[in-house]
Amino acid sequence: MKAIVSVKRVVDYNVRIQVKPDGSGVVTDGVKHSMNPFDEIAMEEAVRLKEKGKITEIIAVTMGGAKNEETLRTALAFGATKAIHIKEEGEIQPLTAARAFAAVFKKEGASLFIAGKQAIDDDANQTGQMLAALLDLPQATFAGKVSIEGNVATVVREVDAGLETLEIDLPAVITADLRLNEPRYLKLPDIMKAKRIPIEAVTLADLGVTAAAAVKVIKTTPPPSRSKGVMVKTVDELVAALKAKGLA
Amino acid sequence: MSKILVVAEHAEGKLNAGVAKVIAAATPIGGEVHVLVLAADGASVAAEAAKLAGVTKVLVADNAAHATPIAANLAPSVVEVAAGYTHVLFPGTTFGKDVAPRVAAKLGVPQVSDVMAVHSATSFDKPIYAGNAITTVETPAGTMVATVRLASFTAVAATGSAAIEKVSVATVAAAHTRYKGLEAQKSARPDLQSAAKVVSGGRALGSSENFKVIFDFADKIGAGVGASRAAVDSGYVPNDMQVGQTGKIIAPSLYFAIGISGAIQHLAGIKDAKVIVAINKDADAPIFEVADIGLVGDLFTLVPELQAKM
Repeated sequence: MKAIVSVKRVVDYNVRIQVKPDGSGVVTDGVKHSMNPFDEIAMEEAVRLKEKGKITEIIAVTMGGAKNEETLRTALAFGATKAIHIKEEGEIQPLTAARAFAAVFKKEGASLFIAGKQAIDDDANQTGQMLAALLDLPQATFAGKVSIEGNVATVVREVDAGLETLEIDLPAVITADLRLNEPRYLKLPDIMKAKRIPIEAVTLADLGVTAAAAVKVIKTTPPPSRSKGVMVKTVDELVAALKAKGLA
Repeated sequence: MSKILVVAEHAEGKLNAGVAKVIAAATPIGGEVHVLVLAADGASVAAEAAKLAGVTKVLVADNAAHATPIAANLAPSVVEVAAGYTHVLFPGTTFGKDVAPRVAAKLGVPQVSDVMAVHSATSFDKPIYAGNAITTVETPAGTMVATVRLASFTAVAATGSAAIEKVSVATVAAAHTRYKGLEAQKSARPDLQSAAKVVSGGRALGSSENFKVIFDFADKIGAGVGASRAAVDSGYVPNDMQVGQTGKIIAPSLYFAIGISGAIQHLAGIKDAKVIVAINKDADAPIFEVADIGLVGDLFTLVPELQAKM
Protein backbone atom coordinates (compact mmCIF):
# COMPACT_ATOMS: atom_id res chain seq x y z
CA MET A 1 0.00 0.00 0.00
CA LYS A 2 1.40 3.35 -1.09
CA ALA A 3 1.15 6.64 0.78
CA ILE A 4 1.94 10.02 -0.75
CA VAL A 5 3.10 12.90 1.43
CA SER A 6 3.24 16.46 0.09
CA VAL A 7 6.09 18.58 1.39
CA LYS A 8 6.59 22.33 0.93
CA ARG A 9 9.67 24.48 1.31
CA VAL A 10 8.85 27.54 3.41
CA VAL A 11 10.64 30.28 5.34
CA ASP A 12 11.79 28.62 8.58
CA TYR A 13 9.36 29.11 11.44
CA ASN A 14 12.04 30.75 13.59
CA VAL A 15 12.68 33.55 11.10
CA ARG A 16 11.23 36.94 11.95
CA ILE A 17 9.17 37.88 8.88
CA GLN A 18 10.12 41.17 7.19
CA VAL A 19 7.78 42.85 4.72
CA LYS A 20 9.59 44.46 1.74
CA PRO A 21 9.37 48.27 1.91
CA ASP A 22 7.84 48.45 -1.61
CA GLY A 23 4.95 46.22 -0.54
CA SER A 24 5.78 43.54 -3.12
CA GLY A 25 5.96 40.68 -0.61
CA VAL A 26 8.01 39.40 2.30
CA VAL A 27 11.78 39.02 2.26
CA THR A 28 12.68 35.45 1.27
CA ASP A 29 16.15 35.94 -0.28
CA GLY A 30 18.99 35.01 2.03
CA VAL A 31 16.53 33.77 4.63
CA LYS A 32 16.66 30.27 6.14
CA HIS A 33 14.10 27.89 4.63
CA SER A 34 13.00 24.47 5.80
CA MET A 35 10.24 21.93 5.37
CA ASN A 36 6.84 23.25 6.44
CA PRO A 37 6.51 22.02 10.08
CA PHE A 38 3.07 20.46 9.49
CA ASP A 39 4.51 18.56 6.51
CA GLU A 40 7.26 17.20 8.78
CA ILE A 41 4.49 15.87 11.02
CA ALA A 42 2.76 14.34 7.98
CA MET A 43 6.07 12.76 6.90
CA GLU A 44 6.72 11.39 10.40
CA GLU A 45 3.23 9.86 10.52
CA ALA A 46 3.80 8.11 7.19
CA VAL A 47 7.11 6.73 8.41
CA ARG A 48 5.47 5.44 11.61
CA LEU A 49 2.69 3.78 9.59
CA LYS A 50 5.36 2.12 7.45
CA GLU A 51 7.25 0.97 10.56
CA LYS A 52 4.02 -0.59 11.82
CA GLY A 53 3.60 -2.39 8.48
CA LYS A 54 0.43 -0.50 7.58
CA ILE A 55 1.92 0.92 4.39
CA THR A 56 4.80 -0.30 2.24
CA GLU A 57 5.90 2.72 0.23
CA ILE A 58 6.12 6.46 0.93
CA ILE A 59 6.29 8.84 -2.00
CA ALA A 60 7.23 12.41 -1.13
CA VAL A 61 6.04 15.01 -3.59
CA THR A 62 6.80 18.71 -3.83
CA MET A 63 6.03 21.46 -6.29
CA GLY A 64 8.16 24.48 -7.08
CA GLY A 65 11.55 25.66 -8.30
CA ALA A 66 14.98 24.00 -8.11
CA LYS A 67 15.56 24.77 -4.43
CA ASN A 68 12.63 22.54 -3.45
CA GLU A 69 14.95 19.61 -4.04
CA GLU A 70 16.37 20.28 -0.53
CA THR A 71 12.94 19.61 0.94
CA LEU A 72 12.62 16.34 -0.96
CA ARG A 73 16.08 15.33 0.36
CA THR A 74 14.79 15.97 3.87
CA ALA A 75 11.74 13.80 3.12
CA LEU A 76 14.01 11.02 1.85
CA ALA A 77 16.09 11.29 5.03
CA PHE A 78 12.90 10.84 7.05
CA GLY A 79 12.29 7.60 5.17
CA ALA A 80 10.44 8.36 1.96
CA THR A 81 11.09 5.57 -0.54
CA LYS A 82 10.65 7.75 -3.61
CA ALA A 83 10.58 11.48 -4.37
CA ILE A 84 8.76 13.38 -7.10
CA HIS A 85 9.55 17.00 -7.95
CA ILE A 86 6.82 18.81 -9.87
CA LYS A 87 8.90 21.58 -11.45
CA GLU A 88 7.10 24.88 -11.57
CA GLU A 89 8.61 28.32 -11.19
CA GLY A 90 6.72 31.18 -9.60
CA GLU A 91 3.92 31.26 -7.10
CA ILE A 92 1.82 28.10 -6.76
CA GLN A 93 -1.69 28.36 -5.41
CA PRO A 94 -3.54 25.56 -3.60
CA LEU A 95 -5.99 24.57 -6.37
CA THR A 96 -3.17 24.10 -8.89
CA ALA A 97 -1.15 22.10 -6.35
CA ALA A 98 -4.21 19.97 -5.57
CA ARG A 99 -4.74 19.24 -9.28
CA ALA A 100 -1.10 18.21 -9.67
CA PHE A 101 -1.15 16.03 -6.55
CA ALA A 102 -4.40 14.41 -7.73
CA ALA A 103 -2.69 13.46 -10.99
CA VAL A 104 0.29 11.98 -9.11
CA PHE A 105 -2.04 10.11 -6.73
CA LYS A 106 -3.88 8.47 -9.64
CA LYS A 107 -0.70 7.70 -11.58
CA GLU A 108 0.89 6.04 -8.57
CA GLY A 109 -2.25 4.16 -7.56
CA ALA A 110 -1.78 5.31 -3.95
CA SER A 111 -4.15 4.54 -1.07
CA LEU A 112 -3.37 7.36 1.30
CA PHE A 113 -2.41 11.03 0.94
CA ILE A 114 -1.05 12.76 4.03
CA ALA A 115 -0.48 16.52 4.00
CA GLY A 116 0.22 19.10 6.66
CA LYS A 117 -2.99 20.94 7.59
CA GLN A 118 -1.52 24.18 6.29
CA ALA A 119 1.74 25.73 5.17
CA ILE A 120 3.07 28.43 7.47
CA ASP A 121 3.73 30.87 4.61
CA ASP A 122 0.31 31.43 2.99
CA ASP A 123 -1.61 29.81 5.89
CA ALA A 124 -4.19 28.70 3.30
CA ASN A 125 -5.25 25.35 4.77
CA GLN A 126 -6.80 24.26 1.48
CA THR A 127 -4.72 21.82 -0.56
CA GLY A 128 -5.62 18.55 1.21
CA GLN A 129 -9.35 19.27 1.14
CA MET A 130 -9.23 20.37 -2.51
CA LEU A 131 -7.35 17.22 -3.46
CA ALA A 132 -9.95 15.07 -1.67
CA ALA A 133 -12.74 16.89 -3.51
CA LEU A 134 -11.08 16.52 -6.93
CA LEU A 135 -10.67 12.77 -6.38
CA ASP A 136 -14.03 12.36 -4.55
CA LEU A 137 -12.19 10.81 -1.64
CA PRO A 138 -13.03 10.94 2.07
CA GLN A 139 -11.04 13.44 4.10
CA ALA A 140 -10.03 13.75 7.72
CA THR A 141 -8.48 17.15 8.40
CA PHE A 142 -6.77 18.36 11.60
CA ALA A 143 -5.71 14.82 12.52
CA GLY A 144 -4.49 14.43 16.10
CA LYS A 145 -4.41 10.63 16.02
CA VAL A 146 -4.46 8.14 13.15
CA SER A 147 -4.82 4.38 13.27
CA ILE A 148 -5.21 2.11 10.29
CA GLU A 149 -6.70 -1.40 10.30
CA GLY A 150 -6.92 -3.00 6.88
CA ASN A 151 -8.69 -0.60 4.60
CA VAL A 152 -10.11 1.69 7.28
CA ALA A 153 -8.49 4.67 8.98
CA THR A 154 -9.80 5.93 12.30
CA VAL A 155 -8.87 9.56 12.77
CA VAL A 156 -9.30 11.73 15.85
CA ARG A 157 -9.70 15.31 14.64
CA GLU A 158 -8.85 18.42 16.66
CA VAL A 159 -11.92 20.57 16.05
CA ASP A 160 -13.02 23.77 17.82
CA ALA A 161 -15.54 21.93 19.99
CA GLY A 162 -13.15 19.18 21.11
CA LEU A 163 -12.04 15.85 19.66
CA GLU A 164 -14.09 14.38 16.83
CA THR A 165 -13.63 10.82 15.59
CA LEU A 166 -14.16 9.84 11.96
CA GLU A 167 -13.81 6.45 10.35
CA ILE A 168 -12.86 6.68 6.68
CA ASP A 169 -12.34 4.05 4.01
CA LEU A 170 -9.11 4.15 2.03
CA PRO A 171 -8.16 5.60 -0.37
CA ALA A 172 -8.40 8.81 1.62
CA VAL A 173 -6.79 12.16 2.41
CA ILE A 174 -5.59 13.03 5.93
CA THR A 175 -4.16 16.40 7.02
CA ALA A 176 -1.86 16.54 10.03
CA ASP A 177 -2.37 18.83 13.00
CA LEU A 178 0.23 19.89 15.52
CA ARG A 179 -0.21 17.12 18.07
CA LEU A 180 -0.31 14.13 15.70
CA ASN A 181 3.30 13.27 16.59
CA GLU A 182 6.72 14.73 17.27
CA PRO A 183 8.93 14.41 14.19
CA ARG A 184 12.21 12.56 14.77
CA TYR A 185 15.63 14.17 14.58
CA LEU A 186 17.26 13.17 11.34
CA LYS A 187 20.50 11.21 11.64
CA LEU A 188 23.54 12.12 9.58
CA PRO A 189 23.82 8.69 7.86
CA ASP A 190 20.19 8.99 6.76
CA ILE A 191 20.80 12.51 5.45
CA MET A 192 23.88 11.28 3.54
CA LYS A 193 22.04 8.27 2.14
CA ALA A 194 19.16 10.51 1.01
CA LYS A 195 21.56 12.50 -1.18
CA ARG A 196 22.16 9.49 -3.41
CA ILE A 197 18.51 8.65 -4.12
CA PRO A 198 17.39 9.84 -7.56
CA ILE A 199 14.51 12.31 -7.70
CA GLU A 200 11.87 12.01 -10.42
CA ALA A 201 11.18 15.33 -12.12
CA VAL A 202 7.88 16.07 -13.88
CA THR A 203 6.08 19.16 -15.12
CA LEU A 204 2.42 20.16 -14.93
CA ALA A 205 2.23 19.44 -18.67
CA ASP A 206 3.59 15.90 -18.11
CA LEU A 207 0.80 15.39 -15.59
CA GLY A 208 -1.81 16.82 -17.97
CA VAL A 209 -2.68 19.55 -15.48
CA THR A 210 -3.47 23.19 -16.23
CA ALA A 211 -2.94 25.90 -13.62
CA ALA A 212 -6.11 27.21 -11.99
CA ALA A 213 -7.17 30.87 -12.10
CA ALA A 214 -5.19 32.63 -9.39
CA VAL A 215 -5.98 35.03 -6.61
CA LYS A 216 -3.80 38.04 -7.41
CA VAL A 217 -1.76 39.62 -4.65
CA ILE A 218 -1.96 43.41 -4.99
CA LYS A 219 0.25 44.37 -2.07
CA THR A 220 1.75 43.11 1.15
CA THR A 221 1.93 45.25 4.27
CA PRO A 222 3.13 44.77 7.83
CA PRO A 223 0.37 44.27 10.41
CA PRO A 224 -0.63 47.31 12.48
CA SER A 225 1.70 47.34 15.45
CA ARG A 226 0.46 47.53 19.01
CA SER A 227 1.88 50.45 20.89
CA LYS A 228 3.87 49.53 23.96
CA GLY A 229 1.78 49.79 27.08
CA VAL A 230 2.52 50.64 30.67
CA MET A 231 4.18 48.57 33.38
CA VAL A 232 2.54 48.64 36.79
CA LYS A 233 4.20 47.63 40.06
CA THR A 234 1.29 46.36 42.13
CA VAL A 235 -2.10 44.70 41.79
CA ASP A 236 -3.71 47.92 43.06
CA GLU A 237 -2.11 49.88 40.21
CA LEU A 238 -3.28 47.21 37.77
CA VAL A 239 -6.87 47.43 39.02
CA ALA A 240 -6.69 51.25 38.81
CA ALA A 241 -5.40 51.07 35.22
CA LEU A 242 -8.25 48.70 34.28
CA LYS A 243 -10.76 51.00 35.95
CA ALA A 244 -9.37 53.94 33.97
CA LYS A 245 -10.14 51.97 30.78
CA GLY A 246 -13.61 51.14 32.08
CA LEU A 247 -12.75 47.46 32.33
CA ALA A 248 -12.96 46.84 36.08
CA MET B 1 -24.97 43.43 -7.59
CA SER B 2 -23.56 40.58 -5.53
CA LYS B 3 -25.48 37.60 -4.24
CA ILE B 4 -23.81 36.15 -1.19
CA LEU B 5 -24.32 32.74 0.35
CA VAL B 6 -23.18 32.30 3.96
CA VAL B 7 -22.91 28.69 5.08
CA ALA B 8 -24.13 28.38 8.66
CA GLU B 9 -22.21 26.38 11.24
CA HIS B 10 -24.38 24.90 13.96
CA ALA B 11 -24.45 22.19 16.61
CA GLU B 12 -27.23 20.70 18.69
CA GLY B 13 -29.86 22.89 17.05
CA LYS B 14 -28.03 26.13 17.81
CA LEU B 15 -26.42 28.56 15.38
CA ASN B 16 -22.69 29.11 15.93
CA ALA B 17 -22.01 32.65 17.23
CA GLY B 18 -19.41 33.12 14.48
CA VAL B 19 -22.09 33.24 11.77
CA ALA B 20 -23.16 36.74 12.93
CA LYS B 21 -19.57 37.85 12.26
CA VAL B 22 -19.59 36.32 8.79
CA ILE B 23 -22.72 38.35 8.06
CA ALA B 24 -20.78 41.44 9.20
CA ALA B 25 -18.12 40.57 6.59
CA ALA B 26 -20.73 39.87 3.90
CA THR B 27 -22.65 43.13 4.32
CA PRO B 28 -19.95 45.52 2.93
CA ILE B 29 -19.60 43.34 -0.21
CA GLY B 30 -23.05 44.71 -1.08
CA GLY B 31 -26.06 42.80 -2.32
CA GLU B 32 -28.32 40.08 -1.06
CA VAL B 33 -27.06 38.00 1.86
CA HIS B 34 -28.55 34.52 2.16
CA VAL B 35 -27.75 32.04 4.92
CA LEU B 36 -27.70 28.33 4.06
CA VAL B 37 -28.53 25.90 6.86
CA LEU B 38 -27.55 22.31 6.12
CA ALA B 39 -29.03 20.03 8.78
CA ALA B 40 -31.21 16.98 9.29
CA ASP B 41 -33.77 19.34 10.84
CA GLY B 42 -32.66 22.96 10.54
CA ALA B 43 -35.77 24.75 11.80
CA SER B 44 -34.37 26.14 15.05
CA VAL B 45 -31.05 27.14 13.45
CA ALA B 46 -32.86 28.84 10.57
CA ALA B 47 -35.04 30.79 13.00
CA GLU B 48 -31.91 32.13 14.73
CA ALA B 49 -30.21 32.97 11.42
CA ALA B 50 -33.31 34.83 10.18
CA LYS B 51 -32.92 37.32 13.04
CA LEU B 52 -29.40 38.41 12.04
CA ALA B 53 -29.39 41.99 10.77
CA GLY B 54 -28.50 42.17 7.09
CA VAL B 55 -29.68 38.68 6.18
CA THR B 56 -32.21 38.87 3.33
CA LYS B 57 -33.19 35.18 3.20
CA VAL B 58 -32.49 31.91 4.99
CA LEU B 59 -32.37 28.68 3.00
CA VAL B 60 -32.89 25.44 4.91
CA ALA B 61 -31.86 22.19 3.26
CA ASP B 62 -33.04 19.39 5.51
CA ASN B 63 -31.40 16.11 4.49
CA ALA B 64 -30.35 13.02 6.43
CA ALA B 65 -26.84 13.38 4.92
CA HIS B 66 -26.44 16.65 6.87
CA ALA B 67 -27.02 15.05 10.28
CA THR B 68 -23.31 15.19 11.11
CA PRO B 69 -20.75 17.74 9.89
CA ILE B 70 -18.97 15.59 7.28
CA ALA B 71 -17.27 17.73 4.63
CA ALA B 72 -17.67 15.12 1.89
CA ASN B 73 -21.47 15.28 2.38
CA LEU B 74 -21.89 19.02 3.04
CA ALA B 75 -19.71 20.29 0.17
CA PRO B 76 -21.84 18.79 -2.65
CA SER B 77 -24.95 20.35 -1.07
CA VAL B 78 -23.29 23.77 -0.92
CA VAL B 79 -22.16 23.42 -4.55
CA GLU B 80 -25.71 22.54 -5.60
CA VAL B 81 -27.20 25.60 -3.87
CA ALA B 82 -24.30 27.92 -4.85
CA ALA B 83 -25.32 28.18 -8.52
CA GLY B 84 -26.13 31.83 -9.21
CA TYR B 85 -24.24 33.18 -6.20
CA THR B 86 -21.23 35.47 -6.58
CA HIS B 87 -19.77 34.74 -3.13
CA VAL B 88 -19.84 31.72 -0.82
CA LEU B 89 -18.59 32.52 2.68
CA PHE B 90 -17.79 30.25 5.62
CA PRO B 91 -16.76 31.05 9.19
CA GLY B 92 -12.99 30.62 9.65
CA THR B 93 -13.50 27.81 12.15
CA THR B 94 -12.40 24.18 11.88
CA PHE B 95 -15.84 23.56 10.32
CA GLY B 96 -15.42 26.25 7.64
CA LYS B 97 -11.80 25.32 6.96
CA ASP B 98 -12.82 21.69 6.47
CA VAL B 99 -15.69 22.31 4.04
CA ALA B 100 -14.84 25.50 2.07
CA PRO B 101 -11.87 24.19 0.03
CA ARG B 102 -13.93 21.18 -1.03
CA VAL B 103 -16.57 23.57 -2.36
CA ALA B 104 -13.98 25.77 -4.12
CA ALA B 105 -12.31 22.75 -5.78
CA LYS B 106 -15.67 21.48 -7.05
CA LEU B 107 -16.50 24.94 -8.40
CA GLY B 108 -13.02 25.13 -9.96
CA VAL B 109 -12.23 28.45 -8.26
CA PRO B 110 -9.50 29.49 -5.83
CA GLN B 111 -10.33 30.24 -2.18
CA VAL B 112 -9.37 33.17 0.00
CA SER B 113 -8.69 31.98 3.56
CA ASP B 114 -9.20 34.22 6.60
CA VAL B 115 -10.69 37.35 5.07
CA MET B 116 -10.00 40.14 7.58
CA ALA B 117 -11.18 43.19 5.61
CA VAL B 118 -13.46 43.77 2.62
CA HIS B 119 -12.51 46.54 0.14
CA SER B 120 -14.94 45.63 -2.64
CA ALA B 121 -16.72 42.61 -4.10
CA THR B 122 -13.37 41.37 -5.47
CA SER B 123 -10.75 42.89 -3.14
CA PHE B 124 -9.96 41.60 0.33
CA ASP B 125 -7.24 41.59 3.00
CA LYS B 126 -5.96 38.36 4.47
CA PRO B 127 -3.13 37.53 6.86
CA ILE B 128 -0.13 35.41 5.85
CA TYR B 129 2.83 34.17 7.93
CA ALA B 130 0.69 33.87 11.07
CA GLY B 131 -0.45 37.47 10.78
CA ASN B 132 3.08 38.83 10.49
CA ALA B 133 2.13 40.25 7.10
CA ILE B 134 -1.17 41.22 5.51
CA THR B 135 -1.88 40.83 1.80
CA THR B 136 -4.49 42.65 -0.24
CA VAL B 137 -5.79 40.27 -2.89
CA GLU B 138 -7.96 40.53 -5.99
CA THR B 139 -10.12 37.52 -6.80
CA PRO B 140 -10.52 36.28 -10.40
CA ALA B 141 -13.82 35.99 -12.30
CA GLY B 142 -16.20 33.32 -11.07
CA THR B 143 -17.68 32.52 -7.69
CA MET B 144 -15.59 33.78 -4.80
CA VAL B 145 -15.18 31.21 -2.01
CA ALA B 146 -13.75 32.37 1.30
CA THR B 147 -13.45 31.73 4.99
CA VAL B 148 -13.85 34.75 7.28
CA ARG B 149 -11.47 35.48 10.13
CA LEU B 150 -13.98 35.89 12.96
CA ALA B 151 -11.68 37.96 15.18
CA SER B 152 -11.68 40.74 12.57
CA PHE B 153 -15.44 41.38 12.55
CA THR B 154 -18.05 42.45 15.10
CA ALA B 155 -21.20 40.34 15.18
CA VAL B 156 -24.31 41.90 13.63
CA ALA B 157 -27.28 42.40 15.96
CA ALA B 158 -30.23 39.98 16.14
CA THR B 159 -32.72 42.60 14.99
CA GLY B 160 -33.74 41.24 11.58
CA SER B 161 -36.56 39.07 10.37
CA ALA B 162 -35.61 37.43 7.08
CA ALA B 163 -37.84 34.99 5.22
CA ILE B 164 -37.09 31.30 5.62
CA GLU B 165 -37.31 29.11 2.54
CA LYS B 166 -36.99 25.34 2.26
CA VAL B 167 -34.71 24.00 -0.46
CA SER B 168 -33.93 20.42 -1.38
CA VAL B 169 -30.57 19.00 -2.38
CA ALA B 170 -29.87 15.64 -3.99
CA THR B 171 -26.99 14.76 -1.64
CA VAL B 172 -26.82 11.17 -0.43
CA ALA B 173 -24.53 10.45 2.53
CA ALA B 174 -21.24 8.97 1.36
CA ALA B 175 -20.64 5.44 2.64
CA HIS B 176 -16.88 6.06 2.86
CA THR B 177 -17.02 8.35 5.92
CA ARG B 178 -18.57 7.44 9.27
CA TYR B 179 -18.99 9.92 12.12
CA LYS B 180 -18.09 8.23 15.39
CA GLY B 181 -18.72 11.06 17.80
CA LEU B 182 -17.43 14.18 19.49
CA GLU B 183 -15.68 14.33 22.81
CA ALA B 184 -16.58 17.87 23.84
CA GLN B 185 -15.39 19.75 26.86
CA LYS B 186 -18.64 20.72 28.53
CA SER B 187 -18.23 23.98 30.32
CA ALA B 188 -20.50 26.55 31.89
CA ARG B 189 -17.90 29.25 31.14
CA PRO B 190 -18.26 31.72 28.28
CA ASP B 191 -17.15 30.34 24.92
CA LEU B 192 -13.50 31.17 24.29
CA GLN B 193 -14.12 32.46 20.76
CA SER B 194 -16.92 34.85 21.60
CA ALA B 195 -16.17 35.83 25.23
CA ALA B 196 -15.68 39.54 25.96
CA LYS B 197 -13.05 38.66 28.56
CA VAL B 198 -10.54 35.81 28.36
CA VAL B 199 -7.99 34.62 30.90
CA SER B 200 -5.21 32.38 29.55
CA GLY B 201 -2.56 30.45 31.43
CA GLY B 202 0.83 29.31 30.21
CA ARG B 203 3.65 26.94 31.01
CA ALA B 204 4.41 28.79 34.25
CA LEU B 205 1.28 27.29 35.80
CA GLY B 206 3.33 24.11 36.09
CA SER B 207 0.51 21.59 36.40
CA SER B 208 -3.07 20.77 35.66
CA GLU B 209 -3.97 21.29 39.36
CA ASN B 210 -2.38 24.74 39.43
CA PHE B 211 -4.60 25.83 36.54
CA LYS B 212 -7.30 26.22 39.21
CA VAL B 213 -5.83 29.69 39.84
CA ILE B 214 -6.78 30.63 36.26
CA PHE B 215 -10.23 29.03 36.37
CA ASP B 216 -11.09 30.67 39.71
CA PHE B 217 -10.05 34.12 38.51
CA ALA B 218 -11.92 33.66 35.21
CA ASP B 219 -15.09 32.62 37.05
CA LYS B 220 -14.87 35.67 39.30
CA ILE B 221 -14.82 38.07 36.34
CA GLY B 222 -17.04 35.98 34.03
CA ALA B 223 -14.30 35.24 31.52
CA GLY B 224 -13.60 32.42 29.08
CA VAL B 225 -10.45 30.38 29.70
CA GLY B 226 -7.63 29.79 27.24
CA ALA B 227 -4.09 28.48 27.30
CA SER B 228 -0.79 28.76 25.48
CA ARG B 229 0.47 25.98 23.26
CA ALA B 230 3.12 25.17 25.88
CA ALA B 231 0.41 24.61 28.51
CA VAL B 232 -1.57 22.38 26.17
CA ASP B 233 1.49 20.42 25.03
CA SER B 234 2.43 19.90 28.69
CA GLY B 235 -1.00 18.33 29.21
CA TYR B 236 -2.27 20.90 31.74
CA VAL B 237 -5.46 21.55 29.73
CA PRO B 238 -7.13 20.08 26.61
CA ASN B 239 -6.25 21.18 23.08
CA ASP B 240 -9.51 23.02 22.42
CA MET B 241 -8.37 25.68 24.89
CA GLN B 242 -5.31 26.61 22.87
CA VAL B 243 -5.07 30.25 21.82
CA GLY B 244 -2.67 31.10 19.00
CA GLN B 245 -1.77 30.57 15.38
CA THR B 246 -2.51 26.85 15.51
CA GLY B 247 -5.32 27.14 18.04
CA LYS B 248 -8.04 29.73 18.34
CA ILE B 249 -7.67 33.31 17.15
CA ILE B 250 -9.65 35.56 19.45
CA ALA B 251 -10.52 39.24 19.88
CA PRO B 252 -11.89 39.84 23.40
CA SER B 253 -12.16 43.34 24.89
CA LEU B 254 -9.93 42.23 27.75
CA TYR B 255 -7.27 39.51 27.63
CA PHE B 256 -5.17 38.29 30.54
CA ALA B 257 -1.97 36.42 29.61
CA ILE B 258 -0.83 34.78 32.81
CA GLY B 259 2.48 32.98 32.98
CA ILE B 260 2.70 33.14 29.18
CA SER B 261 6.05 34.17 27.70
CA GLY B 262 4.48 35.38 24.45
CA ALA B 263 5.85 33.21 21.63
CA ILE B 264 5.06 34.56 18.14
CA GLN B 265 2.60 31.73 17.63
CA HIS B 266 0.62 32.78 20.72
CA LEU B 267 0.69 36.49 19.84
CA ALA B 268 -0.77 35.63 16.42
CA GLY B 269 -3.92 34.54 18.23
CA ILE B 270 -4.44 37.65 20.37
CA LYS B 271 -3.38 40.55 18.08
CA ASP B 272 -6.97 41.81 17.88
CA ALA B 273 -7.66 41.82 21.64
CA LYS B 274 -8.51 45.39 22.68
CA VAL B 275 -6.61 45.40 25.97
CA ILE B 276 -3.92 42.85 26.83
CA VAL B 277 -2.82 42.44 30.44
CA ALA B 278 0.29 40.36 31.08
CA ILE B 279 1.44 38.89 34.37
CA ASN B 280 4.79 37.12 34.26
CA LYS B 281 7.74 36.72 36.59
CA ASP B 282 10.23 37.33 33.76
CA ALA B 283 10.44 41.08 33.08
CA ASP B 284 12.05 40.35 29.69
CA ALA B 285 9.26 38.09 28.45
CA PRO B 286 8.17 39.10 24.89
CA ILE B 287 4.53 39.27 26.04
CA PHE B 288 5.36 42.63 27.66
CA GLU B 289 6.19 44.04 24.19
CA VAL B 290 2.53 43.78 23.19
CA ALA B 291 0.78 44.11 26.56
CA ASP B 292 -1.17 47.29 27.31
CA ILE B 293 -0.65 46.71 31.01
CA GLY B 294 2.21 44.61 32.40
CA LEU B 295 2.87 43.37 35.91
CA VAL B 296 6.04 41.49 36.83
CA GLY B 297 5.83 38.99 39.65
CA ASP B 298 4.71 35.59 40.90
CA LEU B 299 1.36 34.68 39.39
CA PHE B 300 0.46 32.45 42.34
CA THR B 301 0.36 35.46 44.68
CA LEU B 302 -0.69 38.18 42.19
CA VAL B 303 -3.65 36.41 40.56
CA PRO B 304 -5.51 35.56 43.80
CA GLU B 305 -4.89 39.15 44.96
CA LEU B 306 -6.26 40.49 41.66
CA GLN B 307 -9.23 38.15 41.97
CA ALA B 308 -10.02 39.56 45.41
CA LYS B 309 -9.73 43.17 44.22
CA MET B 310 -11.72 43.01 40.99
